[in-house]
Amino acid sequence: MSSTDHVTPAHAAHAHPNPSVHGDGHSHGTRKSYLTGFALSVILTAIPFWLVMGNVIADGMITTLVIMAFGVAQILVHMIYFLHMNTKSEGGWTMMAAIFTIIVVVIALSGSLWVMYHLNTNMMPGHTMDPVNLM
Amino acid sequence: MSTTQQVAGDDIAFYDLDPHEHPAHGSTMLGFWLYLMSDCLIFATLFAIYGVLGGNFAAGPSPTDLFNLPLVAVSTTALLLSSITYGFAMLEMEQNKQGTTQLWLSITGVLGAVFLGLTLYEFYHMIHEGAVPQRSAFLSSFFVLVGTHALHVTFGIIWLVTLMVQIGQRGLIPANRIRVQCLSMFWHFLDVIWIGVFTVVYLMGMLR
Repeated sequence: MSSTDHVTPAHAAHAHPNPSVHGDGHSHGTRKSYLTGFALSVILTAIPFWLVMGNVIADGMITTLVIMAFGVAQILVHMIYFLHMNTKSEGGWTMMAAIFTIIVVVIALSGSLWVMYHLNTNMMPGHTMDPVNLM
Repeated sequence: MSTTQQVAGDDIAFYDLDPHEHPAHGSTMLGFWLYLMSDCLIFATLFAIYGVLGGNFAAGPSPTDLFNLPLVAVSTTALLLSSITYGFAMLEMEQNKQGTTQLWLSITGVLGAVFLGLTLYEFYHMIHEGAVPQRSAFLSSFFVLVGTHALHVTFGIIWLVTLMVQIGQRGLIPANRIRVQCLSMFWHFLDVIWIGVFTVVYLMGMLR
């Protein structure tokens, strides 16, 4: 990456006069973007806590899905407004690394939960199988 | 390779023989980002373990017996506030204001310490009640997941204090600026992990 990075015209256009001070094409937030992110983050935290602490929705399954959706939304808000993620920083490599990590995390999480759930339901001590069907 | 070069003549080079200049700290941010992504995988495995074992109480205490949501709400607020105060420190640093940068960094550190204190208080309270990691698979996975996050916050605070001493001694030199930016990513990353923790462990635990 670095061998081609400083010769591409696109990068040269964005180059800071003093690259050692400002990293390599890393974007920064403004006071407004930090405050926007913080306001969104407070709202996205307060609502799930209110839903659970106030027993707002009677059905636990629906509440679970709703608070998970709020959690994902808040993680995205933090990545955009606080971690300043975008497709351009470091020539796109931070985004590529993040996408790769998210894919691995999704496979690890969903795979573990899926396999272990079936293992639990099929291998429980109380679960007796019909000997005839085993033959 | 060598035969190709002989045939092609002297003009074509397949690799760069001469060393070329790299800007100082040019790849530090990307490298630190890659570290954070690998750290993210550690937390993903711990979340997977908690997801699998979180329901195995072994006739011991369950989340509804142990968790104190108002306390979690306070520690979440402390961590959220520390994210925005770190953001303000970054903005002051860009304007070369060393005094206010240090001020916001110290406020961030205090909020981080409040968060850590509340987590340790919760741990102490749980262990006092007999809800130790050895009690059930749920408690083992809970202490590993939340404990690993608290350990990260501890090292974040140590890093923050070290950095403030360095800024005090050397000022906002380029090397210190890079360190402040790296710690910024680390700190916001811990906040992202905490969103997962309070959603999956505490809020969903109360619904189990």
